[in-house]
Amino acid sequence: MPERVIAAIVGSGNIGTDLAIKLQRSEAIDARYMVGIDPESEGLRRARELGMETTAEGVDWLLDRPEPPAIVFEATSAYAHREHAPRYEEAGIQAVDLTPAAIGPFVVPVVNLPEQLDAPNVNLISCGGQATIPMVAAVSRVVDVPYAEIVASVSSASAGPGTRANIDEFTATTARGVEEVGGAAKGRAIIILNPAEPPILMRNTVFAAIPPDADTDAIAASITAMADEVRTYVPGYRLVAEPQFDDPREDWHGNGRVTILLEVQGAGDFLPPHAGNLDIMTAAAAGVGERLAQARLGAAA
Amino acid sequence: MSAGPRITDTTLRDGSHAMSHRFTERQVRDVVRALDDAGVPVIEVTHGDGLAGSTFNYGFSAVDDLDLIAAAVDEARQARIAVLLVPGVGTRADLQRAHAAGASVVRVATHCTEADVSIQHFGMARELGMETVGFLMLSHMVGPEKLAEQARIMADAGCQCVYVVDSAGALVLDEAADRVAALVAELGDDAQVGYHGHNNLAMGVANSVLAYRAGAQQIDGSTRALGAGAGNSPTEVLTAVFDRLGIETGIDLPGILHAAEEVVRPIMIREPVMDRSSIMLGYAGAYSSFLIHAERAAERYGVPAHDILQEVGRRGYVGGQEDMIIDVALSLR
Repeated sequence: MPERVIAAIVGSGNIGTDLAIKLQRSEAIDARYMVGIDPESEGLRRARELGMETTAEGVDWLLDRPEPPAIVFEATSAYAHREHAPRYEEAGIQAVDLTPAAIGPFVVPVVNLPEQLDAPNVNLISCGGQATIPMVAAVSRVVDVPYAEIVASVSSASAGPGTRANIDEFTATTARGVEEVGGAAKGRAIIILNPAEPPILMRNTVFAAIPPDADTDAIAASITAMADEVRTYVPGYRLVAEPQFDDPREDWHGNGRVTILLEVQGAGDFLPPHAGNLDIMTAAAAGVGERLAQARLGAAA
Repeated sequence: MSAGPRITDTTLRDGSHAMSHRFTERQVRDVVRALDDAGVPVIEVTHGDGLAGSTFNYGFSAVDDLDLIAAAVDEARQARIAVLLVPGVGTRADLQRAHAAGASVVRVATHCTEADVSIQHFGMARELGMETVGFLMLSHMVGPEKLAEQARIMADAGCQCVYVVDSAGALVLDEAADRVAALVAELGDDAQVGYHGHNNLAMGVANSVLAYRAGAQQIDGSTRALGAGAGNSPTEVLTAVFDRLGIETGIDLPGILHAAEEVVRPIMIREPVMDRSSIMLGYAGAYSSFLIHAERAAERYGVPAHDILQEVGRRGYVGGQEDMIIDVALSLR
């Protein structure tokens, strides 16, 4: 087997487990370590079954390994990541941050990852951001987007206590991602929790203001192409309908509008398929990790 | 007369839906003055979907919420000005700005099973010294016991009055009273209970009386029923009915009749009515503010609005999912 880059997952909950399963398939990453809190936890047991070395002794243990990781995936909390991040950086470990800590630059694999391959710490924004920002970027690479708004609807069952206790952070962070990575001059984000049973698949709607003379065919083609690119790492990502174009309106400052309706079904690796919102985060993390690892292997060769 | 419920008038918030969020500052000033003169104790002023609701998804406001709130505060002599905040749409930063504009009551609204997303907002409201109210929206979607558990989460977070909110106008008589009674039993002296009714099945006022009898201490109304769907319980009718029952609301009947007839009626761009689509909202249990969005989608995609609303109810969409109406219309085409 060719040389692979050693990686660790910090956080042995459902997200960490799903990510571990995805990384097993990687040709560039050796997902060797899993760091949890409770030595008896289900998450660490599952990691051991996957052949990973596990610990409940925290980041100290990880940094003391004879063969320390080059990449660490953080799936804990914003608070924990803020504690850990300086230590990773000091040790020269690149961090892929799945928490809302947002210490490093925002990345969306299909939009701006090549620009961030050397960053010591990259942040994955939010599930809604990973699902919608590619579409905002698909529009903004064709026309100026003065304003874009995303609505993420997720099943109540898939919204954990962290999301619930920090719902303002979700909307603020995602809105910033819509601007900084999506390319909209102004961004907004809305999140809805839906308790229907059986749980709904993750649904996202992207509304983007477009100039009155916009080439709608070119925008539609860009959207379709971008959805194909996202599907390379999130197979359950799909456009529910053709992009819908509205004529310019006075109360939209004379702009027209494109509406993009999306659905995200999870791969069902560990998380249930309805939790597309969580799956798109682990899929994006795996995608980012793969590129970071390839860059390291390429640099070494 | 015995001391009765405190009435909150939401003409300038729920009515924002029926006005497609196009209230002007002049209109807000005129309505606040009339309601204040009539003795309405609390007046809610916000975009229909709460602070920062001005969006593609819900409709853009003609005038910024903060300007309308400041104008309302400026006009009111005795009434307190309330704002609505829907977590997931508005944030604590929006609440701070509304408070700075003079709002003294905040009503934090969540879907009836998702009360825990309101905890940080109640915390901040209490820190700011605001009076707090919790809205459990689409209360018909869960039973009394489950609703009471959610009310407890809000009360423990600092909410001083939890409302049974019949956003779909779907509750019929005992269904409203039983939910109010369950909340009263759960909350005891920890928080009051309120009731917010819609008229889609013509139950608004009757449910409000039953809610009061079951222990509700705050009741919502809207002059001329101006609100989402077939509108709200009309404030002027609530005033007249409670008066006939010998229950004191503190609102002057001639004053509120004047406000409804001479001030609110002339500015209305549509009269909420119990038509086929509105009745379907109540019957299918769909969020009342979906009405106008469904009508627009019906026109654009050539599908009847009442069919869209029935399907929305069947799919179990919750408040805020206006974007899914486009999806439903496309699927029915």
